[in-house]
Amino acid sequence: MLNRRNFLTAAVGVAAAAGLSACAKEDEGGSSGSSGGGSKKITLGFSQVGSESGWRSANTDSIKSAAKEAGYNLKFSDAQQKQENQISAIRSYIAQKVDVIAFSPVVVTGWDAVLKEAKAAKIPVILTDRSVETKDESLFVTLVGSDFTDEGRRAAKILEKVLDKAGHKGKVKIAQLEGTTGAAPAIERAKGFKEIMDAEHKDDWEIVVTQTGDFTRAGGKQVMAAFLQSNPDINVLYAHNDDMAIGAIQSIEAAGKKPGKDILIVSVDGVKDGFVAMSEGKINAIVECNPLLGPQLMEVVQTVKDGGTVERWIKTKESDFMQDQAKDALPTRKY
Amino acid sequence: MSTPSAATTSRWRALTHHHLFWPVAVLVALLLVNVPFTPDFFSIKMTDGHLYGSLVSIVLFGSPLILVAVGMTLVIATGGIDLSVGAVVAITGALTCSYISDQADQNALSAVFLAMGVGLVAAVVCGLWNGFLVARMGIQPIIATLIIMVAGRGVAQLITDGQIITINSEPYKLIGGGYWLTLPFSIFVVAVVVAVTVALTRRTALGLLVESVGGNAEASRLVGIRSRRIKIMVYVFCALCAGIAGLMISSNTSAADGNNAGLWIELDAILAVVIGGTSLLGGRFSIGGTVIGALVIQTLTTTIYTIGVPTQTNLVFKAVVVIVVCLLQSPKFRAKVFGARFGPRSGAASGGSAAAAPAKTVTTAEAAPKMEVS
Repeated sequence: MLNRRNFLTAAVGVAAAAGLSACAKEDEGGSSGSSGGGSKKITLGFSQVGSESGWRSANTDSIKSAAKEAGYNLKFSDAQQKQENQISAIRSYIAQKVDVIAFSPVVVTGWDAVLKEAKAAKIPVILTDRSVETKDESLFVTLVGSDFTDEGRRAAKILEKVLDKAGHKGKVKIAQLEGTTGAAPAIERAKGFKEIMDAEHKDDWEIVVTQTGDFTRAGGKQVMAAFLQSNPDINVLYAHNDDMAIGAIQSIEAAGKKPGKDILIVSVDGVKDGFVAMSEGKINAIVECNPLLGPQLMEVVQTVKDGGTVERWIKTKESDFMQDQAKDALPTRKY
Repeated sequence: MSTPSAATTSRWRALTHHHLFWPVAVLVALLLVNVPFTPDFFSIKMTDGHLYGSLVSIVLFGSPLILVAVGMTLVIATGGIDLSVGAVVAITGALTCSYISDQADQNALSAVFLAMGVGLVAAVVCGLWNGFLVARMGIQPIIATLIIMVAGRGVAQLITDGQIITINSEPYKLIGGGYWLTLPFSIFVVAVVVAVTVALTRRTALGLLVESVGGNAEASRLVGIRSRRIKIMVYVFCALCAGIAGLMISSNTSAADGNNAGLWIELDAILAVVIGGTSLLGGRFSIGGTVIGALVIQTLTTTIYTIGVPTQTNLVFKAVVVIVVCLLQSPKFRAKVFGARFGPRSGAASGGSAAAAPAKTVTTAEAAPKMEVS
């Protein structure tokens, strides 16, 4: 994944609007939408990274269902983690003269040639979830995705609330379970958290141990078991995803401590199992990283198609959840 | 063999030349490294009716690796290698968990046993496939098992539909995460598997047959050993061990993760086998050494977490330790650095040598003197 902060900010060549179909459901059936004139459906070509995780499959489902909801003609292809598949998918979308191309780039570089072809064909390109590195900022319109650094900041902010609620006094000794070493979410979630900690809690908060748990349950469990031995005085756990927190909870319980009480837990993601653990009182707060960006993507597609301008980085709508919201939110979690 | 003058020197020599000396020495050294960082590293206390402490964690988290490595030992002893164990771990866990998650009552014993049976049968099928390719089709083991290594993880993801399947089954939790008689239940599983393996290979002719197939498959066949059948058997056994490890790993977290369960465990297992003193060339093996080797690797992992090695340098740290261990195992290196005291013996090859020459049937007979050859 790439560094999403390396965004260039400039105007973007947007293809002229073609005939549009209605985007809202109630406008279906021939009547024209507010912005468009014709009755032709928007055709969106989307190339997904692959299906490597639950988060990703939720992402795919969201895009498919949002496209259906909006009444778009979606051409979907799965790149199976290979850039060459993605490039050939984009080329075929260009040949088919789709209205908009969207894709989640597998890797950061190597897109200039195919994106130039899209530009020459006057087809706007939207990135989702991950970005690309390119010198020519006119090659894509916008990125729709999460801000991982901000997720780290939000985690620190919500930890303040959690500590307040628990009536915690004295030093806060934090154990951090990092994601896969070198992955953007791991680096940036740690960075955002530290930013707030250093700025506002320099004296009373301390990260006593930090180690990668590879975003997996087994990793989180094993690392936490070792943490509890080497630093029995840990009273807060910050996990970069729910799965590691779920693994760590099992180790905390094996050590005879109560997760959510003896050790306060804040994690990022908001997968269903994380919410289950939170509704059981074992996780104190979850910072959401939302894969359900389908509806937002469709809005952007519509705006771009209408010739409107959009921001260079459209951040996914995300919320923070405390324990008391867990039970209500649980039935609505889709992934 | 030269006879040292003093009796103590003789005993020292006997000790340092025991094939388990170096693996055990490394294990003890690694354990001691933890003490300055975690003063009560060796303390074990009772928590919630079970024993709790670093040593217990090491054995608990190391159990799957021990199982996989024991299976791998026999495969390597026949001169083969099994890269598919990680995928078998994932498939077994995925099948078992998805079966259990479909049950109305996840705590029903019969359903849990049936689910484990389904998972283990799948593991055995993978083993049969590997054995068939290697023994019947004559495909190089590294290629034959690569097939399931790559494809198997895809199968596991297909079973779990790309999701992590979480289950809520108390009986299933026992095998990899539960406690029995205050000890982790997985210790008992490992003990049974190791005991059965040792009994079968050292109390019967089976071990000798495996070693002779590894030494020279063609010669073994000519003297009347059914070397193909032996090979198929060890691949099935290895897959079965991996299957049990898969049950443990998925039970430990009560979840099946097709992507990550048992990822790279084949490499750790091969490393454990080598640290334990089994030659990759086949023809000789040590189950005890493998168990120690697996514990060394698990202790190393725990040590990294305990002493606070920065995440970015984890793998480098691991690599350095592994290099040191392998060098210590090499008789040539020891002779050069420490002189003759730790050097290679003349005569029978020293058991700890990972770089030993291909074993001959004479050596195998010496290594296992209790064998009754029928």
